[in-house]
Amino acid sequence: MAKEDRRSIQKYSFGRKDINIDMTPMTDLAFLLLTFFMLTTTLSKLQTMEIVMPLPAEEQDQEQAVKESKALTLVLADDDKIYWYQGITDAVVDTTSFGENTLHKLLVEKNESIEDMVILIKPQDDSHFENLVDILDEMHLSHTNRYAIVDFTDEDQQIIDKSGL
Amino acid sequence: MPKLDYNRKMPRLDMNPMVDMAFLLVTFFMLTTQFKMDEPVEVSTPASHSEIKLPETDLMTIYVSDEGEVFFSVVDQLDRVNLLRRVASRHELEFSAEETQAFKVTSGFGLPMNELGAFLSLPVRERKAFDQPGIPFDSTQNELLEWVVMARATNPRIRVAIKGDREAPYAVVKRLIKLLVDNKITRFNLITDLERDAV
Repeated sequence: MAKEDRRSIQKYSFGRKDINIDMTPMTDLAFLLLTFFMLTTTLSKLQTMEIVMPLPAEEQDQEQAVKESKALTLVLADDDKIYWYQGITDAVVDTTSFGENTLHKLLVEKNESIEDMVILIKPQDDSHFENLVDILDEMHLSHTNRYAIVDFTDEDQQIIDKSGL
Repeated sequence: MPKLDYNRKMPRLDMNPMVDMAFLLVTFFMLTTQFKMDEPVEVSTPASHSEIKLPETDLMTIYVSDEGEVFFSVVDQLDRVNLLRRVASRHELEFSAEETQAFKVTSGFGLPMNELGAFLSLPVRERKAFDQPGIPFDSTQNELLEWVVMARATNPRIRVAIKGDREAPYAVVKRLIKLLVDNKITRFNLITDLERDAV
């Protein structure tokens, strides 16, 4: 009976063919594809941090000497710990950690109090790659312009040992 | 008659706008998508606030796994072929056409050179499951240096990226940086994720 009804309606509307396509399977397909692409895509492109290292010392005219009073040393140690001290002679060693209220605050303070501060980053061998990236990131965030990645030496170890921290 | 009434009440949903939208999104994703690259080793990169995007071409990536193993990969397939040829002629190794083809489609590797041929002749599935020991990279046998130098000779515009795991020991990273700097590659990229601050 329903069929008859429709047919009778169609007769009344001249020239207009009411074709009804069921769009549901098409929607299914579209969403299937959509899901596939959403899951396989890498939406965020990888970020990168560009670092420029100085040439090896023997190829430079001279190694750049840093005034002791302007040097702030950050030693990256195991377990995300950071030792820091200012200068070399009679340096007072303190510890800090990665964080908004610790390292960031320290850097901002030192940036203000020391003019032309140079930061020496000395990662210990048992620190991790993440620590290096974090500290470079922190340099960027605290607008520290002058910093260098330096090898951790025995003298630094002595300074830390002496402090007993 | 009650049956007819019931049919009349069935709501008719016009699916057209929904299809339109779905296909719009499909198109968007199809055009913007970049398939995840096969990685020779699983690396979870540290996060940073840096917003520089990594270049997509002319790039070699040095992976450092959490255990300090080193893997090497070159992005462009043509470079890969040329690189393999160069290395083969220099070290008097022979790679068959199939092995060269396999090298071309392998995203990266972490093997000593003399084991590379055997690895490349494995079927794809076995190659993926193969536990690669990393490229030898110390003072006595420094093959990584060889690969880096050869890759630069193959493509002079190539840039270096280091993709280290969060837990990669710094001792290895230090040696790696030293190796690069000693070879006058003083500018390189550290690959990171974008860090989102908790608000």
